[in-house]
Amino acid sequence: MGCAGSTDRVTADGPTLAPPSFDASRPWRLHPQVALRDEAFGALAYHYGNRRLVFLRSPALVELVRSLEHFDSAEAALAATVGERRRHGYREALARLAASEVLDAR
Amino acid sequence: MPAELHSGLRDRLALGLDAPICLTWELTYACNLACIHCLSSSGRRDPRELSTDEAKAVIDELEAMAVFYVNIGGGEPMTRPDFFELVGYAVDHRVGVKFSTNGTRLDRAKAERLAAMDYVDVQISLDGATEETNDAVRGVGSYRSARRAMDHLAAADFGPFKISVVVTRHNVGQLDALAAMAGHYGAQLRLTRLRPSGRGADTWAELHPSFAQQRDLYEWLRDRPEVLTGDSFFHLSALGEPLEGLNLCGAGRVVCLIDPVGDVYACPFVLHDEFKAGNVRAPGGFSALWRHSELFASLREPTSAGACASCGSYDSCRGGCMAAKFFTGMPLDGPDPECALGHGDAELAELGGHGRPTPSADHSVRVPVRLVARA
Repeated sequence: MGCAGSTDRVTADGPTLAPPSFDASRPWRLHPQVALRDEAFGALAYHYGNRRLVFLRSPALVELVRSLEHFDSAEAALAATVGERRRHGYREALARLAASEVLDAR
Repeated sequence: MPAELHSGLRDRLALGLDAPICLTWELTYACNLACIHCLSSSGRRDPRELSTDEAKAVIDELEAMAVFYVNIGGGEPMTRPDFFELVGYAVDHRVGVKFSTNGTRLDRAKAERLAAMDYVDVQISLDGATEETNDAVRGVGSYRSARRAMDHLAAADFGPFKISVVVTRHNVGQLDALAAMAGHYGAQLRLTRLRPSGRGADTWAELHPSFAQQRDLYEWLRDRPEVLTGDSFFHLSALGEPLEGLNLCGAGRVVCLIDPVGDVYACPFVLHDEFKAGNVRAPGGFSALWRHSELFASLREPTSAGACASCGSYDSCRGGCMAAKFFTGMPLDGPDPECALGHGDAELAELGGHGRPTPSADHSVRVPVRLVARA
């Protein structure tokens, strides 16, 4: 976040420390306390509970996140919306988003 | 987050967003304290203050623009009789609230009321780990009232409120004690940079941390990523690995300020006509100012490194803080007066206090305020 007596906790696609464990075989959804705001670069996600601001840095990732609730597993959502070669990177992005509670296990 | 992962995003944010991510909203200039570094020169209520209905209309706009939250301050925001009404209205409209208070009005009942609300975050201002250090800046009795407010919040089980500290030459040696105090309350420590704004223009020279203290502060913050800073020390990122955050001046790009009378300023630390975009009462309201004001458009244009172009650290600090430069009379396209590499020192010394802008407004109480002498 830019300076401004502003946001204190900001990350791109969630924290990078401590590789998160993420079960892609489970169903996930956007956390009910998270607001997504579309932006040219992707979207901003703000978690009203932990007050963390997260940047989703690609429109494709935003679409994937929004689609999660329609699939029985994150893996199924990945298969439906992301080409196979790029899936690994997007799976990791989902893992980071889950670690910062942008995603919520259903 | 490694800097290279951020750089593309930072460049994009520097061009500005269609709506601020968050903004600072000073609800009133009225304040029962008279801190010697007050960046809004608060004290007296301004009779033109936004009414309850006008304030709610601003919140409606923020909701429509999907602004995630507001940082409410003042003055002392809790002196407004409609304080809870406005906070409640904001959170009911999905505009989260973080508010800063000196704690004098935060009794047990109000702490319990706050604890019962979602999406409200409280910051108690405290500028020293001891009564002596704090009261020299914030006035006699202010340490005790702040600690009392913290006790009330803890007793009401509010959760992790924030202890908000403006770092000065005199309290920078007390950061460990302040962190321990936060730990004692289950609170979070939040440090912000002293700006030469408002009454701080007259006290900055004697209060701002020394060169050596800044370097120690950088190391201290590097070791404690859990300490919040609102990204306000990004000028220190020139010292090495960047600090947490995007290390970017967000003024007019991703943040701004609304003052008690509805004037909109690009930077929360520059309440000055030169950085005023207009007033929310004008046709089009806040959103028209954010999206179409010439001032904001100019702040979103690519900036020149100016005198900093030859410095290898420009990419880390981007020349530092606009407010710090403006109020010390330094050129905006040159080094920060507190440049961690010392590039601002010569210019600052040469200016010798000259070239500082004339304050646009001052709501200080006109009677002399008694302050305790600093040890």
